[in-house]
Amino acid sequence: MKREQRESRVHERYLRHHKKFPNIWCAGCGIGIVLGAIIRAVDQLQLDKNEVALLSGIGCTGRMPVYVDFNTMHTTHGRALAFATGLKLVRPEMKVIVVMGDGDALAIGGNHFIHAARRNIGLTAIVVNNATYGMTGGQYSPTTPPGVCSPTAPYGNIEQPFPITDLSIAAGAAFVARSTVYHVQELEQFIAQAIMKQGFSVVEAVSYCHTTLGRLNQWGTAPEMMRRLKEQSITIAQAEKMSGEERRGKIVRGIFVTRDTPESPQLYRRIVERAQQAAGGANGPAV
Amino acid sequence: MNTSIHSVLMQGDEACAEGAIAAGCRFFAGYPITPATEIAELLARRLPQVGGVFIQMEDEIASLAAVIGASVGGAKAMTATSGPGLSLMQEHIGYAAMAEIPCVIVDVQRLGPATGRPTSPAQGDVMAARWGSHGDYPIIVLSPSSVREVFDLTVKAFNFAEQYRTPVILLMDEVIGHMRERVTLPPPDAIERTERAVTTVPPEWYKPYENFPADVPPLLPFGEGYRYHITGLHHDERGYPTEQVDEIRPWLDRIFRKIERNLSDILLYEENGVEDAETLVIAYGVTARVARHAVEMSRERGRKVGFLKLQTLWPFPEEVVEHAAARLHRIVVPELNMGQLAREVERVAGRHKVHRINRADGEIMQPSEIVAVIEGWTV
Repeated sequence: MKREQRESRVHERYLRHHKKFPNIWCAGCGIGIVLGAIIRAVDQLQLDKNEVALLSGIGCTGRMPVYVDFNTMHTTHGRALAFATGLKLVRPEMKVIVVMGDGDALAIGGNHFIHAARRNIGLTAIVVNNATYGMTGGQYSPTTPPGVCSPTAPYGNIEQPFPITDLSIAAGAAFVARSTVYHVQELEQFIAQAIMKQGFSVVEAVSYCHTTLGRLNQWGTAPEMMRRLKEQSITIAQAEKMSGEERRGKIVRGIFVTRDTPESPQLYRRIVERAQQAAGGANGPAV
Repeated sequence: MNTSIHSVLMQGDEACAEGAIAAGCRFFAGYPITPATEIAELLARRLPQVGGVFIQMEDEIASLAAVIGASVGGAKAMTATSGPGLSLMQEHIGYAAMAEIPCVIVDVQRLGPATGRPTSPAQGDVMAARWGSHGDYPIIVLSPSSVREVFDLTVKAFNFAEQYRTPVILLMDEVIGHMRERVTLPPPDAIERTERAVTTVPPEWYKPYENFPADVPPLLPFGEGYRYHITGLHHDERGYPTEQVDEIRPWLDRIFRKIERNLSDILLYEENGVEDAETLVIAYGVTARVARHAVEMSRERGRKVGFLKLQTLWPFPEEVVEHAAARLHRIVVPELNMGQLAREVERVAGRHKVHRINRADGEIMQPSEIVAVIEGWTV
């Protein structure tokens, strides 16, 4: 059986067929590729669908969970990680995956993002970084490079972008990786590793928006933007051999951090044991 | 050892925490804020003792988000805050109403607006509790006026949240939260607890937002085989986003119907001496304590004064007020705000009948201020 036939059958086992397809994404969009990678990662790990929760915030990426047959929740803008925190704490056995766009995760959700990383609760955060607010028409986001024009930066963006991986590492994430929607198999492997990692894990999936920011800046069609992801990206090993000037404008792919740090739900289980011992039983004194 | 059947000296905030535990609350997420912090502090100690989870979040927005997430996971869940935090939580109060996720939000009111006077009593969040989030949704808001009532209404808040799949706000105030009273709590087995409804339908038939025949379809927890979708978008019966009017309307009708059809269960109040009254005093929260004293003072001087203490503020008990007010020409509504609930009383009873007494400077009202109005010294 050809690979694409095999894969499309994998996807069919995970998509919701009574959901009104087609999906809302523009033809050529990278978000569906990330969804495909999540599905194949879950399939590869042979996880029970009942044990998988997929949560999202708002925006184009926020529409991802509805199409797939997991426990799915489309929450509010920027806050998906906070919802996921509550769910994971009462359902620690579940694999809780949170998909966010760059504006969702890092602008309105920036505070929740760094605190989720700091707490190191076992969530898998996947940030689809297309450097813009696609759904509202291509306004500049916290990851838009300087100089890029957008409807809200008509004379060019003057703000510095957030380096998502550096931010995640500094905030305490246990696993941090970056790939692109061109490097689909690598992305799938990173997502699979992130799901299995104890603690908070982040996968940045670099994508593009050819219908808003791409069109406005004349970056070409979806295939041309996809080709640019291929040409501009380098591995961590390649990056290490380059000077700062050579690395400028490159997308560095790879696993930046994977470390074993105490995960707060495990620590909390110890708190529960201590509290119950101190209280002399499960019910304890009232005050 | 279980001390809950003995009389204890207890603070209102403590009674709220204990009421939550008694109601079956097993998840709390919150952010420190005066005068509600004691609720979080006590639950940080108590929840792990009963196998529950406490977490301090990065802000109030995240706190209510975590509470909703935990509720979706099947836990009875609560947060507690004060006015500034309530403002931040409004986004997710609307989400919980839209997605019909049971949760309890405690607001120990302090003087606003903005940072206001943090340790001073006020009742300025009455309208914010009802209308604070954008869009149209029903909500249940309860207001206790004693430490024992805090305990009882916290249990009620959880029961209503589970029964009607709705956010419920417990609207306390700084006095009720910080005051200590001697209370005798009911033994745990005497407490009525409403548990989340279950279903007998197989997963493939399950519709989390089914409009008929029940007004409140069961909400099944994530992780137990019933995979479905939750969204803050308007949705069809399966929870999938919709823009179709014929799917939005039945849902909207149902979420209002599930409250309106159950008013006899939801509306909590106490009436006293209303039948032969010439003047009626309507009050709630800390002001109900002051008003009761004022009513007794006036009665001792021969006045016929009825007293209606409201415990359910929203849905507003229209028929109760309408019935009590029908014969009367004089209704006094004291409250620690610039006349928030009085607007509702005026709407139902007629504007000319209602005498507002308002105070919003961070001090509680004196009984004499209410007596003066009851006895018509100032109109």
